[in-house]
Amino acid sequence: MTNDPDFEGYTCPLPIQPNDTVVLGHGSGGRLSHDLLNQLFLPELGRVAPRTLDDSAIVNLDGQRLALTTDSHVVTPLFFPGGDIGRLAVCGTVNDLAMVGATAISLTSGFIIEEGISFDILQRVVNSMREAAEEAGVFIAAGDTKVVQKGGADQLFINTTGVGLIPVGINISGTNAQKGDVIIISGTIGDHGMTVYLEREDLGFETDLVSDVAPLNHLVREIIASGEIHVLRDPTRGGLATSLVEISKQSNVTIELKEWAIPVKPQVRAACELLGFDPLYVANEGKLVAFVAEKDVNKILETMQKDKNGKDATIIGKVIETGKPQVRMKTAIGGTRLVDMLPGEMLPRIC
Amino acid sequence: MKYIDEYRDPIKVKHLLDEIATTITQPRVLMEICGGQTHSFLHHGLDDMLPQELDLVHGPGCPVCVTPLEQIDRALAIANQPNVIFTSYGDMLRVPGTRENLFAIRARGGNVKVVYSPLEAVDLAANNPDKQVVFFAIGFETTAPPNAMAILQAKQRGLKNFSVLVSHVRVPPAMKALLSSTNNRVQGFLAAGHVCAVMGYHEYIAIAREYRVPIVVTGFEPVDLLRGILAAIRQLESGKAEVENAYERAVTFHGNQLAQETIQSVFMPVDRKWRGIGLIPMSGWGLRPEFEDFDAEARFAVGEIVTQESPLCIAGEILLGLKVPPQCSAYGKQCSPQTPLGAPMVSSEGACSAYYQYHGK
Repeated sequence: MTNDPDFEGYTCPLPIQPNDTVVLGHGSGGRLSHDLLNQLFLPELGRVAPRTLDDSAIVNLDGQRLALTTDSHVVTPLFFPGGDIGRLAVCGTVNDLAMVGATAISLTSGFIIEEGISFDILQRVVNSMREAAEEAGVFIAAGDTKVVQKGGADQLFINTTGVGLIPVGINISGTNAQKGDVIIISGTIGDHGMTVYLEREDLGFETDLVSDVAPLNHLVREIIASGEIHVLRDPTRGGLATSLVEISKQSNVTIELKEWAIPVKPQVRAACELLGFDPLYVANEGKLVAFVAEKDVNKILETMQKDKNGKDATIIGKVIETGKPQVRMKTAIGGTRLVDMLPGEMLPRIC
Repeated sequence: MKYIDEYRDPIKVKHLLDEIATTITQPRVLMEICGGQTHSFLHHGLDDMLPQELDLVHGPGCPVCVTPLEQIDRALAIANQPNVIFTSYGDMLRVPGTRENLFAIRARGGNVKVVYSPLEAVDLAANNPDKQVVFFAIGFETTAPPNAMAILQAKQRGLKNFSVLVSHVRVPPAMKALLSSTNNRVQGFLAAGHVCAVMGYHEYIAIAREYRVPIVVTGFEPVDLLRGILAAIRQLESGKAEVENAYERAVTFHGNQLAQETIQSVFMPVDRKWRGIGLIPMSGWGLRPEFEDFDAEARFAVGEIVTQESPLCIAGEILLGLKVPPQCSAYGKQCSPQTPLGAPMVSSEGACSAYYQYHGK
């Protein structure tokens, strides 16, 4: 068969009309989430608030700097290996406070409960919140419950808000990355996201993976005391890649990563290879990435490795340039590529 | 990790790169068929490490990219109907139809479900007897066997509420179409290793002979890709045009015969439109008459939907390897993964999205 195909002149579809509805991808933490924030929320609400876009906002109050953050937690299933929605809700907010160097004062917690959920489930979640709060050394000072009709929510949503105090002399922000900074990750990436994904999707293979969900405030206190830290971020939704792209933009710097240095558990790697995911975009709930002054890197790394939540801490890259917001990856085989944010929802490969 | 690390070994990669550089003596154009291979080249940064003389062009092997617009519009029309659970491989959800995509329908409350295996869709049909469950059967020879298996199982289980919207495509007719085109620049192919794992590579012998092109069965890891390139370059340099297997650990001459029999028992070759390219004779798999009960097009009367594509981007030229994405005037400007003008920017296997993700604007 040698007949020429019936070409249509190499055409392509009309551009899709701008979407007029929110889709799940807007919650993925990647580029769609950023667009939603920048195009809808910030033009209205950003005018009345300070906007550094760090994990916590900083509010000046009689010479004291208060850190303020809020986070809503939705996860299916509610319980997963290594954690549950309650532990997630406490740790997420404790960590957001810690990422600006704040000492947590207290949390509040709001529960949106779908009718029909058993008291047993609710009790287990609340117990887990108490344990996580004790582990972090914070208390939950206020709370609220609302019950919605069946179908009005998916079992249980929890919002937590946190208030913290930033000690004098501490200045940690995504805008502070400088040329020469060394970048440390506190441990393996993608553990939480893959654990929850495999638990939810029931793909027919098992792993011994557990979520890394943990409060990082003690670790942060230790490392702040051991050296000069410019940026801290916990790479949750959108993963390490998205956090680093955000920081590169906030600080207007070029980041260079070493692919082979980024720690990934073999189980996470294998599952990602199979599904066509990149661990760089998979969520973490008990990891932080730190940009530190080169002179202090060894002290900070040693301190981190002594903590149970930082024992696999390692150097993954550095800030190589100012003026060009970009994340570059040196690949294991000696090549170079760019790293971008996740465009939308992460979807498994077809073949 | 076994079967991964040894094929990403920087020392082996360097040896192969050196060998390619010393073998190639003049400009050569090779095409990798599969979008997975395109992504691997860019993900590992291999594209910048290859010698200048080698022009690597990216082929049409992205199942999402080549599924025609009207087939997507048909999918959307079905998914929009009440009482339907529309199931699909995830990547297909982002692809724009004329007016919207499956994500938007899901956001409005449409029952659109991502499945990892088509057999999940069969189970859904069994568990929801009062619903119509439709599976969007797209892809090349890689997804055809499981999709055929789903139809066989549905038939065996007597499921009357399961149907498939078929848009399967086949590699060999597309290669012939490319090679017969007067614009063709491709001098050699890296055949898609996973397609060959299913189909073997006997089908390519006639193509290599007729069009005088080397065809090398190639895998997806850096060492695999470089071995494929080296074999193709060696053939070109010595004037050969043969079929060679550089993915021996996964591919045999005859392929997976059980999988082939499964395909043949459910599907038969039919003419198929390719998005951005046009109609290629006998380039698709369609349902055999004895399985017409499972044809969603007929069940939901969407076969009448015909869509004309508008000439706004150069997806066709990209899919045929005539141009690379940065040569498109819309690339990185009007066209990005958030606002795709064409399917190659949408799919995770599309060449445009690979360039955008790993090379930037």
